[in-house]
Amino acid sequence: MKRVIIIGGGVAGMQTALRLAEEGVEPLIVEKEAELGGKLRGWHRLFPSFTPASEVLGELRSRVARRGIEVMTSTEVKAVEAGAVTLVDGRRIEGDAVTICSGFDLFDARIKEEYGYGIYDNVFTSVDIERMLNEGRVARADGSRPRRIAFLHCVGSRDEKVCQRHCSRVCCVTGVKQAMEMKELFPEADVFNFYMDIRMFGPGYEEMYREAQQRYNIHFVRGRISEAAPTIDGRVQIKAEDTLTGRPLRMSVDMLVLLVGMRAGETNPAYEAAGLGRLESGFMAPRDSFLGNVRSRTEGIFYAGTVTAPKNIGETINEGCAAADAVLEYLKKS
Amino acid sequence: MTAMKRRSWSDYQKQIADDKYYYARSCIRQNFFPGSEKAFLDILHNDLGRDVLDDPLHSSCTGIGYHSDIVPLETIMTVVARQFALMTEAGYENFISSCITSFGVYTEVLATWNEFPETEERTREYLYKATGREFRKPTSLAHTSDIMFHFRDEIARKAKYRLVNAQTGEPLRVVEHIGCHYAKIFPKSGIGGSEFPYVLAGMIESWGGECVDYPERRHCCGFGFRNYLVQANRGYSIANSHKKLESMAPYKPDFIVANCPGCTMFLDKWQYAIAEMEGTTYGENGHGIPVLTYEEMAGLVLGYDPWELGMQMHQVDVEPLLDKMGISYDPAAKYLGRNGKYIDKPASAVVNCCPTDTVYDIRQ
Repeated sequence: MKRVIIIGGGVAGMQTALRLAEEGVEPLIVEKEAELGGKLRGWHRLFPSFTPASEVLGELRSRVARRGIEVMTSTEVKAVEAGAVTLVDGRRIEGDAVTICSGFDLFDARIKEEYGYGIYDNVFTSVDIERMLNEGRVARADGSRPRRIAFLHCVGSRDEKVCQRHCSRVCCVTGVKQAMEMKELFPEADVFNFYMDIRMFGPGYEEMYREAQQRYNIHFVRGRISEAAPTIDGRVQIKAEDTLTGRPLRMSVDMLVLLVGMRAGETNPAYEAAGLGRLESGFMAPRDSFLGNVRSRTEGIFYAGTVTAPKNIGETINEGCAAADAVLEYLKKS
Repeated sequence: MTAMKRRSWSDYQKQIADDKYYYARSCIRQNFFPGSEKAFLDILHNDLGRDVLDDPLHSSCTGIGYHSDIVPLETIMTVVARQFALMTEAGYENFISSCITSFGVYTEVLATWNEFPETEERTREYLYKATGREFRKPTSLAHTSDIMFHFRDEIARKAKYRLVNAQTGEPLRVVEHIGCHYAKIFPKSGIGGSEFPYVLAGMIESWGGECVDYPERRHCCGFGFRNYLVQANRGYSIANSHKKLESMAPYKPDFIVANCPGCTMFLDKWQYAIAEMEGTTYGENGHGIPVLTYEEMAGLVLGYDPWELGMQMHQVDVEPLLDKMGISYDPAAKYLGRNGKYIDKPASAVVNCCPTDTVYDIRQ
């Protein structure tokens, strides 16, 4: 039986493995964390349907278990080549093909120092909000209910200053989703979204954006926040420009939520060292953008999911299938 | 209220030389805070035993003209090149500037030369044609506050007073104001970067004080060159200082320390203007908040006489701060000049706590 090594056990890795297993190939998932699931483990509900992330994650995990797919957790890959990977502990694992599904990293909001994340108590990231939603308790640092919440889009996306020129795509709709969730939790609160463009690219996203404005009365302000500062009563003062009215704006909020972008995975340079191409954004470059978007430059090495670009979960699952099909085609020929 | 939190200052470090400095003075500090530059030289020479060349040959960097669109880039680069030539001729390599704007100018010119080497070649040519001089670029470039920061622990060891309320033992609450041209242009050129600069905060903390963070901490003081130099724009200037003072007042700072000649002056003198225009004051007991230069702060810590430091030239009286720190001084000597001659006194103003008619007048 042919064996395919899959680097990364997130959504893309699990779906690729499932599809390969369905076709009689033996996948091996190598996951650096202690359990499967990748970033999905940290999410609460998924846009645009508000499906609990645990439903999708649970189903994928149980399918992997039912198929008896071999998984190596807490195992990190150091180097990759066609048909083999080398682990950080020096072990070498051989197979007939490799699929890289190692995903993305989250932008570290502390790099945007002007927003004071990690310094000011009531500045959060979108990841913190998902965590708090999962914990069942969203609150300010002192435990009180927020009365005014601001979301800031594009933190670590479309920002040359931090070398992240690309659009992370999913943050816009995440901002809309979380704003709606905040409004449900705190109906009395004013919720603002500060954006430079709203990019509602997926099915149902635009409708969600409209609903957020019409039914939830969420305010959308076209303008980026220039800085955050603490107030004497523990709130956060923000400054922005409302570019539609052309006026500067200053307000104090109880919570500032930074919608952090997706940046290229930290392991990507190691793949580049193996001769694989990277895009200017740092994500891995597929062979081409149309007919070879799950293939690498090197025969026998494939990509699935956000290792090549920011994607939503539906797209990632589809790409897992597409990558598996490309692997199967390759295995037939080899 | 808690002390200011910061996380990343140690990410922004720069090489600061230990000794042998070529000193470039500021155009305006000698008028506004005439004791500060002398205090810097005295502290470096006498307290720290360092070699600093105070060269009378150097000129203005022309930064005020540059930022007011009067002096072209090529001209200012040539002026900067001449300063470096004087440093080279004097046998020094470590250039230090007493002015934030000059420091920004030197940083910008060096970065421009680095990025566009042809501009450096052209500047060398202009300088040679105009003066016959040649230059080496400095091995290190620092602002004088960087130097004071560099020696903050040594100063702390020699301290006669600390930034502590002598009565209560509580740290003094200090507002630090960095100035736009220190690190907002090139964040990596400043200690602590531009968002959470540590250059003044490091001194304050080393000498026993506590920095306060307030909403308009990063805001410009309002000098802004054309804001002030064009008379019709002065409303912008005072509006900016007003915004900062309003924002910091609830934190009840014991004093403000500023990094930049313009900021120190405007945060001090606009307090008088606001008090006269609106009747609003921001300090204790209906008076102003004292504004210090970092040399004055270091000088007080080291036990220098406040009038030797030139603190009688401040718009807002510093006596409440001196009293808080437990510094002994002679109130009657406030308006005696360096030679003991009476230098005259300002008219009494609401922003001041010490009515000048109570101060000893040698003529009376």
